[in-house]
Amino acid sequence: MLAWTIYSSFIGAALLMVLPRQHASLPRIVALVTAVLGLCLAFGGAIHMGSGELRTIVRVPWVSALGIDYHLGADGISLTLVVLTGLAAVAGILFSWNIATRPHEFFALYLALIGGVYGVFLSLDLFLLFVFYEIAIIPKYFLIAIWGSTRREYGAMKLALYSFAGSAMVLIGLIAAYVAAGSSTMNLMDLSAANFSRGFQMWAFPVVFIGFGVLAGLWPFHTWAPTGHVAAPTAASMLLAGVVMKLGAYGCLRVAMVLFPEGMDVWGIKILWIGSWRDVFGLLAVIGIVYGAMVALVQKDLKFVIGYSSVSHMGFVLLGLMTLNRVGLSGAVLQMFSHGVIAGLLFAVVGRMVYDRTHTRLLPELQQLHLNRTMPFAAVTFTLASMASMGLPGFSGFVAELQVLIGAWRAFPTLAVMTGIGILLGVAYSIRALHQAFFPDQVKTAAPAGPEDPVGNPISVSERFGVWLLIAASLLIGLFPGLLLQWIVPALQGPMFEALKKGGNW
Amino acid sequence: MSSIDYLRLLQLAAPETFLTLTGLMVLAVDLIVGRGSAPGTRIILSGSVAATGCLLAAGGLFLLPVYGTFAAGMLVADPLTVLIKVSLVILTLFTVLLAFSDAAPLADPGEYFALLLFACVGMMFLTSAEDLLMVFLALEFTSLSLYILAAFNKQSPHSTEAGIKYFLFGSISAAFMLFGLSLVYGVTGSVQLPEVAAGLARAGNDPLALVALVMIAMGFGFKVAAVPFHLWAPDVYQGAPIPSAALIASGSKVASFFVFAKVVVIGFGGAPAAVGSGAAPVWVILLGIMAAVSMILGNLAALVQVSVRRLLAFSAIAHAGYMLLGILAGTEGFGPLVYYVITYGLATVGAFGVVSIVQARTGSDRLCDFAGFHRRFPVLAFCMLIFMLSLAGIPPLAGFFGKFYVFAAAVKAGSLALFILALATSTVSLFYYLQVLKQIYVGETADASHWEPVPITVSVALLAMAFGVTLLGCFPDLLLNRITIALRITGF
Repeated sequence: MLAWTIYSSFIGAALLMVLPRQHASLPRIVALVTAVLGLCLAFGGAIHMGSGELRTIVRVPWVSALGIDYHLGADGISLTLVVLTGLAAVAGILFSWNIATRPHEFFALYLALIGGVYGVFLSLDLFLLFVFYEIAIIPKYFLIAIWGSTRREYGAMKLALYSFAGSAMVLIGLIAAYVAAGSSTMNLMDLSAANFSRGFQMWAFPVVFIGFGVLAGLWPFHTWAPTGHVAAPTAASMLLAGVVMKLGAYGCLRVAMVLFPEGMDVWGIKILWIGSWRDVFGLLAVIGIVYGAMVALVQKDLKFVIGYSSVSHMGFVLLGLMTLNRVGLSGAVLQMFSHGVIAGLLFAVVGRMVYDRTHTRLLPELQQLHLNRTMPFAAVTFTLASMASMGLPGFSGFVAELQVLIGAWRAFPTLAVMTGIGILLGVAYSIRALHQAFFPDQVKTAAPAGPEDPVGNPISVSERFGVWLLIAASLLIGLFPGLLLQWIVPALQGPMFEALKKGGNW
Repeated sequence: MSSIDYLRLLQLAAPETFLTLTGLMVLAVDLIVGRGSAPGTRIILSGSVAATGCLLAAGGLFLLPVYGTFAAGMLVADPLTVLIKVSLVILTLFTVLLAFSDAAPLADPGEYFALLLFACVGMMFLTSAEDLLMVFLALEFTSLSLYILAAFNKQSPHSTEAGIKYFLFGSISAAFMLFGLSLVYGVTGSVQLPEVAAGLARAGNDPLALVALVMIAMGFGFKVAAVPFHLWAPDVYQGAPIPSAALIASGSKVASFFVFAKVVVIGFGGAPAAVGSGAAPVWVILLGIMAAVSMILGNLAALVQVSVRRLLAFSAIAHAGYMLLGILAGTEGFGPLVYYVITYGLATVGAFGVVSIVQARTGSDRLCDFAGFHRRFPVLAFCMLIFMLSLAGIPPLAGFFGKFYVFAAAVKAGSLALFILALATSTVSLFYYLQVLKQIYVGETADASHWEPVPITVSVALLAMAFGVTLLGCFPDLLLNRITIALRITGF
């Protein structure tokens, strides 16, 4: 059933390409039906799978001469992310209900991107995983270049080239691993059992980790993220932050760390307290958390605030991965889910609710508009989303970041303290943005909203649905994290992560 | 030499003979029936004869292949060469179909189509040759046809320039190659590839052998447009009539790379090791350098091109660099190379086809002329998307699998540094392929003038190629299994 999430998305995309062009509202309905179907399939498949252990869904020979299989399968981590993808896909379409230019192509590219993302999360053959990973690049480019806003062609090209450069690094590692293991299989399980030499793992691990890390917003390779997010149309920013960055993090965990566990061992020498690649990437993750938060604190454009906050939040995921203990890793996966939902919500408020109506995202200009009175729904939503993003208890961000912090405390106490500073900064930029954009000081602006009242266009039903969907998901996981952890924890106990357990203090 | 079995020769060379006769028939039909008709009618008339001939030849080769060797390697027909010949004929067929487009203001369609077929025959003989003399003869036959094809548009100074450049560079490199071949004969006493290999191994570090190898590499380097022998390519790709450029970029490349690999792998296999180092044979170092500079220069120069045909030329140079990796991988790289070069040829002919449509309607092939193309011809725009992304190596298209396969072979053969360089430069390549697609899908144009519809043959050919590129990408086994089996039978 899970495999059909991929097929239905691609079928939907193909259908949209051939639909007659007269009906402007047909494509979004087709897209919504496809995405909802995908979400239902994801849920149904996840429930059908039951536990989080690794299971094969389909396995047929694909390129027999090279030992490449068409091999789909899932464990708890995949399930979590597949469900997230389904949620983000539905929400994204609800928030792009007003796309008027070339809607057929918009939704076709959107569904193609979704199909690629599902594919990555469900692939157990590395060649197949890579194919899906690259399929996602081109739709992203066109979504931003055609329907984007601020410096869209620059942002789109930057994103495409960063992704492609990252995937080139991944391909270096994959081909090297494939050849080193005897050129007979690309199966993830077989390759992870291939016993690569320590020296090989030591160089292949950082190459592949950085390759995937580019897409996960790993500092200092994150610079595509703010420009890309800002340039993208709302639905694409939601997907970029919501699921595409997760592709990178998922690849780091599923490919880089599983294939090359010894790459994280200590080097034997210490350079300024750094004694292994694990320390290096842990440090980069924390720098990402603090740096992203600090930069978000001084942005004038509300969308840039959220763009940089994504870099900061993805830092938690990468830090969680580097802790190499059960709490930290499951926290990282939870954080992927949590950030996917919350970032989607934030981008939806900024891009769809505010920008499409006021045509500005600059904080000083938004201050003049009294959005708390003219757009109460948006203001409330943004407040809730900010609370979730700060990591207040009750929302998914809290459980996720707490787990990452506990894990980090065990693995790198110093870094955990620095992360604490990052969390404080996170509260600061969230409140600053909230304050300036939605709850301006009364003294400053006496003039009421002019005749071009931004409320002229009330919040639509589709937007309300989207908001409820995402807030409900965040609250549900915040209150009952066990729902996801019951999938994630058994997956981490699985044989695939056996070698990782040896490295850390599980 | 004893008496020659002409019947056997005719049997083995039946497809070539058939295509030659078709070429003569095209000339006759154009002369007898087409004389006095409108140019459009003449194109359709002689083009259909040529296309039918290609179709029959491909079908015959595919369904009723005849295997055997004639006169000690002068003409070898084995599953591998038949496979290459089928793809050559198919590429020629697509080129012929493209020539139906009004892009080529052909004054003499009969001669044009006949020359396309003769060039194809030359390439087929080239594929079959395992004898250095035959290699040279076939290469020259192909080249002579291609020189004329490049210069065919007499009205256009660019076409003349392309023809002259191609001819001058080509004849000089042919001279080098002939000199190299004569030295090989002098050193080894044979022109048959297996014996050449044995002779070269005996010769050891003979400086004459080294000179010969370098000269042969130069000759082939010219044919495949590898740096530093690439100077003709941008001008020819830009100036020649588009079907000619398409054939030069696809069919000629398939045949040249195939025979290059054969000469290197079979003939130079036992070549002397580099003086002093003893680690790698000279040709490995030589081709390694050629591959590296081709990848770097091709990809970087393509970034700044305004003309799409020049862009394709530099991209072809870059791809020649990747393909050289396949040759460097020796026998291991033979299958990957064949797969790569065939799928590359398909995507390239397709890309040239789309360019020809734009050029026929705007009069030039600048990037900005493609603006808004997707609104005029959505289906063809989608075909171009497939061709460009395949050339860029994006899955699930054939170009990606080709790259993966060649690179894996290169790593297996130990050229890790070149492999990393190839991946790094291929990242750059996405930029310029996306430039074309950006114009097609994102670019806006104020020009709302009506463009005349595309001839049905051209649309069908483009769709077929786009379908082929996608199909071979999604199911590489379709071609790969044939290649693997053919290689096994042939003994690689």
